[in-house]
Amino acid sequence: MSDEVVAVETAEADIPDPVVGVLASRFVEALGDDLLEWEDSFGTLAIRVKPDSWAPAAAFAKSELECNYLSFISGIDWQPVTRPDGDEGSDLSAPVQPTEMTFGVTGSAGRFQVFGHVQSTSRHWGVTIKSDVDETDPRIASWVAIYPGADWHERECWEMYGIVFDGHPSLRNLYLPGGFEGHPLRKDFPLLAREVKPWPGLVDVEPMPGVADADGGE
Amino acid sequence: MTTTQPPSQLPGFEVEAGSLGSLADARLAVELDTGDMILNMGPQHPATHGTLRLVVRLDGERVIAADPVIGYMHRGYEKLTEFRTYPQITTLINRIDWLSSFANEVPFIHAAEQLMGIEAPPRAQHIRTLLTELSRIATIYLFLGEMGLQVGALTPAFWGFRDREHVLNLIEGATGGRFHPNFNRIGGVKDDLPWGWIVECRAAMKRILDGCDDFEDVLVGNEIFQARTRGVGIIPAELGAAYGVSGANLRASGVDWDLRRDGKPYLSYNELDFKVWTHQDGDSFARYWVRLQETRESVRMVLQLLDGLASGPVMAKVPRIIKVPAGEVWVETENPLGQMGYYVVSKGAIGPFRVKIRSASFSNVSILPWLLRGLYVPDVVTVLGSLYFILGDIDR
Repeated sequence: MSDEVVAVETAEADIPDPVVGVLASRFVEALGDDLLEWEDSFGTLAIRVKPDSWAPAAAFAKSELECNYLSFISGIDWQPVTRPDGDEGSDLSAPVQPTEMTFGVTGSAGRFQVFGHVQSTSRHWGVTIKSDVDETDPRIASWVAIYPGADWHERECWEMYGIVFDGHPSLRNLYLPGGFEGHPLRKDFPLLAREVKPWPGLVDVEPMPGVADADGGE
Repeated sequence: MTTTQPPSQLPGFEVEAGSLGSLADARLAVELDTGDMILNMGPQHPATHGTLRLVVRLDGERVIAADPVIGYMHRGYEKLTEFRTYPQITTLINRIDWLSSFANEVPFIHAAEQLMGIEAPPRAQHIRTLLTELSRIATIYLFLGEMGLQVGALTPAFWGFRDREHVLNLIEGATGGRFHPNFNRIGGVKDDLPWGWIVECRAAMKRILDGCDDFEDVLVGNEIFQARTRGVGIIPAELGAAYGVSGANLRASGVDWDLRRDGKPYLSYNELDFKVWTHQDGDSFARYWVRLQETRESVRMVLQLLDGLASGPVMAKVPRIIKVPAGEVWVETENPLGQMGYYVVSKGAIGPFRVKIRSASFSNVSILPWLLRGLYVPDVVTVLGSLYFILGDIDR
């Protein structure tokens, strides 16, 4: 716990955007230890909260920070792309991503995360709220009671990542047909079209022999 | 033989004078249970601009529940972006909102540029702004005409298609594509404007302004149009915002919020003088009216840009192989249909690790179950029309 608090303090030391700093301090005040980390990502505040504070953080943003507008809710799977035959697998056309699990802004505790963006139409600020989701039993509280527009976003996230939103009135398929199996946006869900026939377009951007990637200037 | 006979001579109709009134009263006093009817509108329906299926439960002609069924055009762009490089992705996102493809490209390119720390030169920014506003005009102009179609007026629809073509010609002249320009590059735009384009553009803007006046005369001032749209499909401002309804739909509910003015600065909007129009009513009529004013405002912006077009190169220096440093960025822009945003997660590769596409129509349409409740079936069509969504923008 103590190192998390330190993370908050070090981040506060270099605040480029005063609005982001003020918003962050309001969240630190309201959520206390439940706010795990915050960061200024290109002028937008991103916070990571404990799963129990996922809904309270949104309620706080709506009632106290005037974030009346729901932009989106979605999920992310941080697991590196798995290929059937390892890295030298059939799907060589896709851009190669790092093979070790690394996390983005504000970090993550594990593979799955949900994140949502809410903003204020009157004060013109916004905040990205992230929370970790357990890998074996992915579930988190629903925002529908706070933002009714969360309905469809959570249905989409549920079918694409298999993350259950507790308290959602009817989690049923939104895009996919009813009997669809699997969660397409998970990284271990293969893009079959690419498995069958690699995309030819990547040939154009492959480095020429003897040319290093870095010095590819005009 | 004559076919007309006095009613009293028809069999079974021998009733005493004066008794008919009480019969009618008796019929009215009985509450007839008609049962609910489930009506399937779509997936192919003229008012849905694509394949949106709407399952409505009706009591007589009144909607008591509506459930939009989407996904007929789901193409899985969020998955596909993970398998493509950054320059390839602009081709995909052209197809999200296919009427204003150029405006779709801008936030994604902007996100990649922010992560890479490069900025397009001023002339490229001006050309981007010009083409974004032109695609806004082309998109909304079609709406201005089609809205007439929803209430039974055919002529404005033809005007909409006819005059939009002038704008599409301009977009084609500059980019080579009528609908899918794929003109943005990370660091600028593909080409400079062709010779003579600016003169053509001024002439087309004149036509658009004239057309707006025609719409105002024929539709806005029309009694039938007002009767069908005023007070129908009212979106309360706070509820609309909580649903994520954006763009002109939210401004028609009195929310003075336009990302061109209020968002993080992007393109050249901070150099332009423009007014953000709002309306207090929040009904179908207000949505039409706000879009009409916005089209004129866009024309004003285009003319300002033509007057002050910056000189110089249209591409910044960018590496031949585009590698985007690790990071996350959220970029949102005011598109013709509302707020469009990309949450791009990069891990330093030549393609993104995750792209969350936030499209305007998805949230605009998600309010339909609430909005359609209690409306009559013919009004469903006008409300769908006035929300103005593109199916590719819902289904992504």
